Amino acid sequence: MSSLRADDVDVLVSRHQPEQATLKGYVIGFGSSIILTMTAYLLARYGLLDKPIMVALLATLALAQFAVQLIYFLHVGREFSPRLKLMVMLTMMLIVFILVAGSIWIMNSLNGRMMNTKQMVQYMNNQNNL
Amino acid sequence: MSEISPALRLARTNKLIAKYDKESKTIFGFWVYLMTDCVLFASLFATFAVLRHNTFGGPTAADLFSLPYVLAETLALLTSSFTCGLAVLSAQQRHKNRVVFWFAVTFLLGATFLALEINEFHKFVAMGDSWRRSGFLSSYFTLVGTHGLHITIGLLWMAVMVAFVIKRGITDGTLKRIRMLSLFWHFLDVVWIFIFTIVYLFGVIKV
Amino acid sequence: MMHVFANFWLGKLNLQALPPNAIQWFGALLMISVPIGLAVFLTVTKRWKWLYKEWLTTQDPKKIGVMYIIVAVAMLLRGAADVALIKTQQSISVGHSMGILSSSHFQQIVTAHGTIMIFFVAMGLMFGLFNLIVPLQIGARDVAFPFLNATSFWLFFSGMVLVNLSLILGDFAATGWLAYPPLSELRYSPTVGVDYWIWSLEIAGVGSLLSGINFLVTILKMRVKGMNLMKMPMFCWSVLGSTLLIAFAFPILTVCLTLLALDRDIGTHFFTAGGGGNMMMYVNLIWAWGHPEVYILVLPAFGVYSEVVATFSRKRLFGYTSMVWAIMAIVLLSFIVWLHHFFTMGAGSDVNAFFGIMTMIIAIPTGVKIFNWLFTMYRGKIRLESPMLWFIGFVVLFTIGGMAGVMMAVPPIDFQLHNSLFLIAHFHMMIVGGVLFADFAAITYWFPKIFGFRLNERLGRIAFWCWLIGFLLSFIPLYILGFMGATRRLDHYAAGLGWQQLFIVSAIGAAVIGIGVGVQILQLVYSYFSRRNNLDLSGDPWDGRSLEWSTPSPVPFYNFAKTPHVTERDAFWVAKRHNLKDTRPYEDIEIPKNTPLAMIIAAGALAFGFAVVWHIWWLAVIGLLTSVVSLIVRSMDEHTERIIKAEEIERLDKLYSGGLSR
Repeated sequence: MSSLRADDVDVLVSRHQPEQATLKGYVIGFGSSIILTMTAYLLARYGLLDKPIMVALLATLALAQFAVQLIYFLHVGREFSPRLKLMVMLTMMLIVFILVAGSIWIMNSLNGRMMNTKQMVQYMNNQNNL
Repeated sequence: MSEISPALRLARTNKLIAKYDKESKTIFGFWVYLMTDCVLFASLFATFAVLRHNTFGGPTAADLFSLPYVLAETLALLTSSFTCGLAVLSAQQRHKNRVVFWFAVTFLLGATFLALEINEFHKFVAMGDSWRRSGFLSSYFTLVGTHGLHITIGLLWMAVMVAFVIKRGITDGTLKRIRMLSLFWHFLDVVWIFIFTIVYLFGVIKV
Repeated sequence: MMHVFANFWLGKLNLQALPPNAIQWFGALLMISVPIGLAVFLTVTKRWKWLYKEWLTTQDPKKIGVMYIIVAVAMLLRGAADVALIKTQQSISVGHSMGILSSSHFQQIVTAHGTIMIFFVAMGLMFGLFNLIVPLQIGARDVAFPFLNATSFWLFFSGMVLVNLSLILGDFAATGWLAYPPLSELRYSPTVGVDYWIWSLEIAGVGSLLSGINFLVTILKMRVKGMNLMKMPMFCWSVLGSTLLIAFAFPILTVCLTLLALDRDIGTHFFTAGGGGNMMMYVNLIWAWGHPEVYILVLPAFGVYSEVVATFSRKRLFGYTSMVWAIMAIVLLSFIVWLHHFFTMGAGSDVNAFFGIMTMIIAIPTGVKIFNWLFTMYRGKIRLESPMLWFIGFVVLFTIGGMAGVMMAVPPIDFQLHNSLFLIAHFHMMIVGGVLFADFAAITYWFPKIFGFRLNERLGRIAFWCWLIGFLLSFIPLYILGFMGATRRLDHYAAGLGWQQLFIVSAIGAAVIGIGVGVQILQLVYSYFSRRNNLDLSGDPWDGRSLEWSTPSPVPFYNFAKTPHVTERDAFWVAKRHNLKDTRPYEDIEIPKNTPLAMIIAAGALAFGFAVVWHIWWLAVIGLLTSVVSLIVRSMDEHTERIIKAEEIERLDKLYSGGLSR
């Protein structure tokens, strides 16, 4: 370490520096976000596709924009090892997936086994007749 | 540079690294907070997903939402995210006045977004379709309103930040705070992508 | 006019909020007398200034840890008083006798017992230990964000105050500790009880979340040079797991409580029976937080046992890597099992089967841990001191309770046992046997490090045996009663059922535990007054392994005079064996300055919470403004630290390690 040269210092220090923003990054991020937003908007407003295809397309566009903004606005993936920010984010995404998908699965299962209003009225009438 | 002794250079390097590490610790902590906030929004999204068809005889999403209006909101917020980035860029280059300018622009765009949102809420409530109307509307107002609350906090923070920059200039301390504020603001835009898609677009195409 | 006036200034608050009967008056007076007694004591002994300077404004995690534990112990006594009332009622309220409590009062007490024991005792002791031990074990001088840490504590404190205020003004939720709707909705619980419950948990919950983030960052970013993650003491690993769970589970609780509050206060329809609400979503959300919460509590307990077993067996912890994997497996699995709390709500068999199997799988990493501890003991030089006794008691109780848990993981069996006292026996075995025993072991184990003297061993053993025997006496009957069909929160039953004897045995067991608690208090008092005989002059009373034992006892405010040198696991053990001496020079140390702002932020939150409970809107605004303005003031301050010079550190270090007791 005693023979530390100026270049080494720069490398060493830059590994500890916060991620630096660049104009190019922001412009790319902003431009592609606008394109993705407008595409999704026009699709939803004027698109005459089948609903499942539409949902898949819109979801893909949202995820694409999510990725773009993560990379160009939030600078995800630009830190040096250990990539703690990335790891915490991936953990969060896993938990969010479990929570949202699990909740929808559970609640749909529960709802599917509930009586609808018509059945309930009929059931209550039957109970009264007994 | 080449004239200073290796020992002195080492000491300076270590000091610089210690400074950066301290800053990156704070920013990492704020990042973890943002991740927990994502889980908060995810819970609200899950609730919305479960309740979105419980209209209880009231209006559905397709009845209520106007896409051009929402697009205007979206573009205002997206642009503000970009101008917020420009503020960070100016702060990195230590241009005090430009930082103030870009934050002012960001603030105005954010305030526009918020005003549009409040106006939309007001319109719905005036029509009798408030959060009391149905489970769907409760979850809609709460999900979008929570985002709006975050935007309000962001605007307050931005105002304080600008005052701070004007008073103290761009120091290491202010730069760190600006970085955190920008993370917060970009994060709110990221959340809005999903509100835009799931609440509004999916709502209008009647998923 | 008068009415409008009172309505503005006092909201829903009026004279009827005062306690309605003698028992509740007694509780209220007791609650009032504690702070008044403390205030008088402080005034008489002229200690207000000392309290303010040394404790209320401190940013030192060791002091914050001690405050957490003091609050938690006080709340343990409150929770125990609740138990006394519950057990008395259940023993005598049979047939024609209605016992001493009204049904609604009984339900409030049960709810308060659960809420307080989980949020203010188990969580409080846990955060106390985090504060005391984590920085020391990773060779740090502080946590990542000292001010945030103090704020977390004071928010916890505010939540605690709010729960206890319900004894004096108004009532508490009579809904059970998780307040399921529609019972907890305004229509069926029109009093302020549920609001107290919501807002105290909301405030304490935010404190917990912030604390979780803080310790997560502390462990990931503040470890001393040389200590990579796989060289950390196992307690820190378990805290890492626990804080990950806190960070990702507590926001769900915040949302769940907020939605319930919106239902009650502004008329939304999230969980209402009508209006398009879905009450099952509440149960889904609260358990999506609630199950991880169980592991939030028990993981650090596992960490404590790992430290205790290795130290008192004088061996390296067996299977370090498998322990780490087990912790991380538990972290993940604990997010995929929440439905087992509501198998009976009626989801399809596919859903129930999936969550049942996931629940059984979680027993595997837990089993791995149990065997690792047993293998650590195998051929070790075991010293059966009281921390080790707590561990052995834990193994017995946790294994019995755990097996009962695996039983209930089978949905058809759960349909029989759901909501019965069998379940109550199960989770008390996990939380008392698992978490509370670990906290007692930890307090005994680390007490000399923090206070400089040991706790009396003999009284510690007596307390342990009281707890173990009392616990078995108290909860084995509940397993049997559960099979016989006794439900939880039961305040009255028919004489012909033949349950009374078992309830009386259970009450006797609770009394034995009560004696154990008494002995523990005696142990504290006795050890304090006879501390000259128990002084820990070496700083290493148990022949410890991790870095905290390398410091003098009690630990100086700067933790380490020189940052410790770490090359492998059990760093201090290695240093002792090789007789390593640190010859590096002393350096300046940065210490955060004291500030009252953390306390003020939490006071604002308390005012806000109280105001929202009673709909006193002007106070809510003031409370919120107080918090926000304090936060802004704090964020503008760039001079929050002071420097202590190397010479001063050298002087203090020589003084402390010279064996001079303070």
